[in-house]
Amino acid sequence: MNPAATPPSFWASAHGELRRAARAYPTLLRVGLSEVVAYRAEFVVWILTTNMPFVMLAIWHAVASDGPVGRFGQTDFVAYYLGGWVIRLLTSTWLVWELSMEIRGGTLSTRLLRPLHPLFALSAEHMAALPMRVLVVSPVIAILVLTAGPRLAVRDPAVALIFAASLMGAWLLIFFTMVLLGSLSFFLESALGVFEMWLALHSILSGYLIPQELLPRWVAMVARRSPFDSMLAFPLETLTGMRDAHTALRDLGTQWVWIAVMAIGGLTAWRSGIRRYVAFGG
Amino acid sequence: MRLISRYARLFAVQLRMSMVTGMQYRADFWLKGLTAIVWLGVALVPLFSVFQQRATVRGWTFPEALVVVGCFAVMKAILEGAISPSLTSVVEHVRKGTLDFLLLKPVDAQFLVSTARFEPWRVTDLGGAALVFAYAFRRLGHGPSPRGLLLALALLAVATLVLYSLWILVVSASFWVVKVDNLSYLFGSLFDAGRWPIAIFRGALWFAFTFVFPLALMTSYPAMALLARLEPGTAIAALGGGLAFASVARLVWRRALGFYTSASS
Repeated sequence: MNPAATPPSFWASAHGELRRAARAYPTLLRVGLSEVVAYRAEFVVWILTTNMPFVMLAIWHAVASDGPVGRFGQTDFVAYYLGGWVIRLLTSTWLVWELSMEIRGGTLSTRLLRPLHPLFALSAEHMAALPMRVLVVSPVIAILVLTAGPRLAVRDPAVALIFAASLMGAWLLIFFTMVLLGSLSFFLESALGVFEMWLALHSILSGYLIPQELLPRWVAMVARRSPFDSMLAFPLETLTGMRDAHTALRDLGTQWVWIAVMAIGGLTAWRSGIRRYVAFGG
Repeated sequence: MRLISRYARLFAVQLRMSMVTGMQYRADFWLKGLTAIVWLGVALVPLFSVFQQRATVRGWTFPEALVVVGCFAVMKAILEGAISPSLTSVVEHVRKGTLDFLLLKPVDAQFLVSTARFEPWRVTDLGGAALVFAYAFRRLGHGPSPRGLLLALALLAVATLVLYSLWILVVSASFWVVKVDNLSYLFGSLFDAGRWPIAIFRGALWFAFTFVFPLALMTSYPAMALLARLEPGTAIAALGGGLAFASVARLVWRRALGFYTSASS
């Protein structure tokens, strides 16, 4: 049998693809960074859009002015919401809008022609924005350390390690969830509607608007067991020391289970979507 | 007189077009209606959480704060059903240069772009608002006085005008800095703070939400009018300020239009 005629095994092709991606990645990062710099006004507006934590901070600050609320004093609220804002900006992505626009507009075709998996390219675009994001959040990190430094649990090196791992995990989890939601555009006309629904649930259950333990009891129960917990509440509460090292380690395991679930779900939806995909005019 | 009837007819046509377009996507209609209800629920959860901890926050009880949420839902329905959709499409026109076609038509351009698109399913939001009002006033044990109701309606009308004017200013900005599509998200996210009584905010946020992005006028003042706790002086200032603001926005729009350079230049 002619060896050239046998198709490469799945693993060999996946391996080749990864190698190609690794070679292209640095260039993609550079391109992405210059894009962010070019559209800096848009970037700043997008940062300003994430203003809800500050409004909620003002509200809880008012509530806590006559004594602590549960475990939270005024300083704890400052640490919680500033930390939440920082984590949110470092881990969130606008992938859904991009994917659904490219799928509906048909511009995804150009990406599919390139010898690189579109999801790699998209992840590079997002990673490239990180330096700018770090730049923007650094003043808030400074304020956070100045006002609530002694309360932050990350001074313990073990906790700091778990926190760093949890940030990376949150990024991956959100990325794959966005791939799943974005791929819905292959099948539905109103994938952005589903995304809005997801945003609504996320803002309540992830601890973004309200610390989970201050939610009405049954909502808090649901929140703790949902994947939203791994996206924000877990890294954030590890940072502020509301979850001790032991609990945090267990939640890190849970986070990776969710990452596996979302990765399988997202990639499956993507693959079956690509098969249905018919570009307009293409 | 003929001018007014002409514009009224044009308005009816635009509205019917939006209805027809909306009806085409039935699954979308239901999904969006459902989303609107989920969002209202989301707006309520923080309120529950806060008032679970304290009976009053800066002088507001839970049912009183619910009246603010009701006004918030009404304004949100107006914003997302009648104001945002049209004006988002203007930004698109400016970017692509297709605003030319609208400017050529023999009617006022601002009228034409402002009535281009409505999203009729936002009516579900108004239904949600009605439920919130009903529950809040039952908890309070008394309805609003007729005078309070009239004043609240007047305030809501002026608030709509102000909201619309703010949007017109944003759109005017798009003549200079082309890429402002995500300004609409900024707008929406700032607006979300309107579900809280203005009394909760202090310092910079209070100033910003009273004078710069007047959320107080949009949600808190109408609610205070319904609860009969709005001082007459504040009401008059709010009404006058709102009208003045709207005329400034109209002037800015006229000027901004002069800077429109189409796509080819």
